[in-house]
Amino acid sequence: MALDSKIPQGPIADKWTNYKNHIDLVNPANKRNIDVIVVGTGLAGGSAAATLAELGYNVKAFCFQDSPRRAHSIAAQGGINAAKNYQGDGDSTYRLFYDTVKGGDYRSREANVYRLAEVSTNIIDQCVAQGVPFAREYGGLLDNRSFGGVLVSRTFYAAGQTGQQLLLGAYSAMNRQIGRGKIKMYNRHEMLDVVKVDGKARGIITRNLITGEIERHSAHAVVLGTGGYGNVFFLSTNAMGSNVTAAWKAHKRGANFANPCYTQIHPTCIPVSGDHQSKLTLMSESLRNDGRIWVPKHLKDVEAIKNKTLKPTQLSEEDRDYYLERRYPAFGNLVPRDVASRAAKERSDAGFGVNATGEAVYLDFASAFMRYGKEQAHVKGLDEDDDALVKKLGQEIVKTKYGNLFQMYEKIVDENPYETPMMIYPAVHYTMGGLWVDYNLMTNVPGLYAIGEANFSDHGANRLGASALMQGLADGYFVLPYTIGDYLSDDIRTGPISIDTPEFEKAEAEVRKNIDHLINNKGTHSVDYFHRRLGKIMWDKCGMARNAEDLKSAITEISELRSEFWKDVRVPGTENEFNEELAKAGRVADFLELGELFAKDALQREESAGGHFREEYQTPEGEAVRRKEFQYVSAWEYKGEPKDAILHKEELTYENIKVKERSYK
Amino acid sequence: MDLTLKIWRQKNANDKGKMVDYQISDISPDMSFLEMLDVLNNELIEKGDAPVSFDHDCREGICGSCSLYINGEAHGPDRLVTTCQLHMRTFKDGETIVIEPWRAKAFPVIKDLVVDRTAFDRIQQAGGFISVNTSGNTIDANTIPIEKEDADNAFMAATCIGCGACVASCKNSSAMLFVGAKVSQFALLPQGQIEATDRVLNMVKQMDEEGFGNCTNTGACEVECPKGISLENIARLNREYLSASLKG
Repeated sequence: MALDSKIPQGPIADKWTNYKNHIDLVNPANKRNIDVIVVGTGLAGGSAAATLAELGYNVKAFCFQDSPRRAHSIAAQGGINAAKNYQGDGDSTYRLFYDTVKGGDYRSREANVYRLAEVSTNIIDQCVAQGVPFAREYGGLLDNRSFGGVLVSRTFYAAGQTGQQLLLGAYSAMNRQIGRGKIKMYNRHEMLDVVKVDGKARGIITRNLITGEIERHSAHAVVLGTGGYGNVFFLSTNAMGSNVTAAWKAHKRGANFANPCYTQIHPTCIPVSGDHQSKLTLMSESLRNDGRIWVPKHLKDVEAIKNKTLKPTQLSEEDRDYYLERRYPAFGNLVPRDVASRAAKERSDAGFGVNATGEAVYLDFASAFMRYGKEQAHVKGLDEDDDALVKKLGQEIVKTKYGNLFQMYEKIVDENPYETPMMIYPAVHYTMGGLWVDYNLMTNVPGLYAIGEANFSDHGANRLGASALMQGLADGYFVLPYTIGDYLSDDIRTGPISIDTPEFEKAEAEVRKNIDHLINNKGTHSVDYFHRRLGKIMWDKCGMARNAEDLKSAITEISELRSEFWKDVRVPGTENEFNEELAKAGRVADFLELGELFAKDALQREESAGGHFREEYQTPEGEAVRRKEFQYVSAWEYKGEPKDAILHKEELTYENIKVKERSYK
Repeated sequence: MDLTLKIWRQKNANDKGKMVDYQISDISPDMSFLEMLDVLNNELIEKGDAPVSFDHDCREGICGSCSLYINGEAHGPDRLVTTCQLHMRTFKDGETIVIEPWRAKAFPVIKDLVVDRTAFDRIQQAGGFISVNTSGNTIDANTIPIEKEDADNAFMAATCIGCGACVASCKNSSAMLFVGAKVSQFALLPQGQIEATDRVLNMVKQMDEEGFGNCTNTGACEVECPKGISLENIARLNREYLSASLKG
């Protein structure tokens, strides 16, 4: 199978415009005869559903949550990038493109990334027009902040709830179309298969999570905006329900799965507190604008802190190791996520972790309090030498910037982060890998599209902060609605797709068979029991640092765990009712397959790139060693068992950017 | 910690439902309330009993999925948190904890502690938006400066997570705080002015049709709101509604 990325010809800056000028369009009258299914209602799915409906298509949208507003995009905190250059600090479309390709460790597709940077400015205009209340300066204009891996301030934000505000914007656009009858919304519905007719994606099979009913839905095209698969690690910052099922079923129906091993381990999360833990909580990267990361310089101080005979605030500046500032003076605390995470692991592994488990570092705001406080005292004509006053003034400023995050931290950890530094540790957060798509965001299955985190295309081996929101909305609002027209223009005479065909019947029968097995298995252990064990294998052997030996044993262990799961899982209740355990069982069954492909991909990629760090490929200083021979996308074709998947390579060429060592020193 | 749990069990919408007692032990004070329920469910499943159904997803206080009326308070005794952010250290060893679903005519029970909150979606569909197409060709975002205070207040109103605690806490099951928050977000912004009249009239009409009660200014909603949405939003909703009614 040859992978055709369908990148348009011509200079990179003109590709998207020229392409849009020449693709086929569907006239408004014909759009009324075309149905599109959108699965997932996060930033990508929600914005796509709304825009397709505005254009005139009949949209059926699906989410497993009780309302489209609850998709996990809601939890994104820090911000959204756009090359507006409102700050006049040298930003441009090219610079956003450059930062994103470099940040992704030269493993993303140039043309897609350039387009993303190009449409980024439209997103901000669009969202403001929709009434998204971004943070503003006193002059009434939009405020920006800075994120990791860049040297400009291009991140727009709404306190620590940017994802929430953007998602509510997309949700409101959907609501308008639901009200007009152009979107038919299916809440609490889970997609359990894609249906192909004559090789084209023509529908899906869903389960109504309230009644258990299995339903057939047809359309002329199917769009998956179903997010990432970080929950394969059990513990992650993803929501409990976030899953790979839709993407995995698409993979099993022929869609290639690209770069599954590219996972983002986010450096600033609240450390694990015990075995009972069900999920991890992110502390936004934006905190690294103002927080400084450190561990004690001496092991004796680490011990004293662990024994509670020393408080971190008592440790003098000379006895602290601000290791990011030390190792990466140019970017300091704002190095990209992969670099910051590995550095935290390096210090913790060396014994400098500051909590009971030895897996935590400090994120300290003391100097930010004083810096902001001094400025405030100066503005207000107060005593700049009164440290207590300055600290208080500074804390108020920090509270307006990150108040909700500080509150969240205090509630979880039971410590006041205004008085003592936060403790943080890396956690699984985002997956750069996903369904392989071409420039049109179509998978290799005709009529099946993947957008947002569910696809692989824009972030390479590492995503920069505040770029997920940008990509989700770019795909949904501005890219897919154009490119899908080119495909659907062939369908204007097709007429409605029937659900009474052998293809739908067969797919439905398979779904039912799977459910019957799970319900009637009556094993001894709950779904979570297996999920936790899978997560442990993934974290220990496919986590922040990987090596061939561990990956090989992970493949064996996951495959064994999968057989054990099918023999011994216990799903209570019946299939004809609200049954969360049944829904979870289906999702974990798919994670147990994906996990193996993930390890296989990580084993095959003999280099370190972005979030994928192979211990065999590092410099003596512990920096990643990328290898030219791996400058390609790994797209895996399903062939039965994950171990039998076949690798297809999409070579990556860089014509507008010089591939060089990725240095943040 | 050892605890006694009294939990509402109801098989489906048609079942009558009842309180059932459970004993649970070895609970860590660092667990979240939902993690405590996970422990209970795991025990129930391995014993062959039906686990307790409850809505939850992000477990970091932002998706608005989790609910639970705990010891007579929406999201439990702590303030400014959702149930998923409520930690067991808030309770005492040996305590009895009563756990019920949201109770409101407009939020029918689906199963156990899970309720149907789609009434909130329908209110939003009636007018909770600005009618602007996603062409990407709107005016530049900085063309209209917005006073920081207005932008901040619009944001504060927009932080509502749609959990329904306001309705569950209100003796009249009123949704005025929820609707007030959305109306306020747009009323405070210049973009929202164009459709202000229709928006408030349509949203309030839908709210009434869904069977939510009237507001009698007791303020329980504000106290129990996990996001601290202020009663000022209800006052603003009333002003917007009055002026829209006079116009309309």
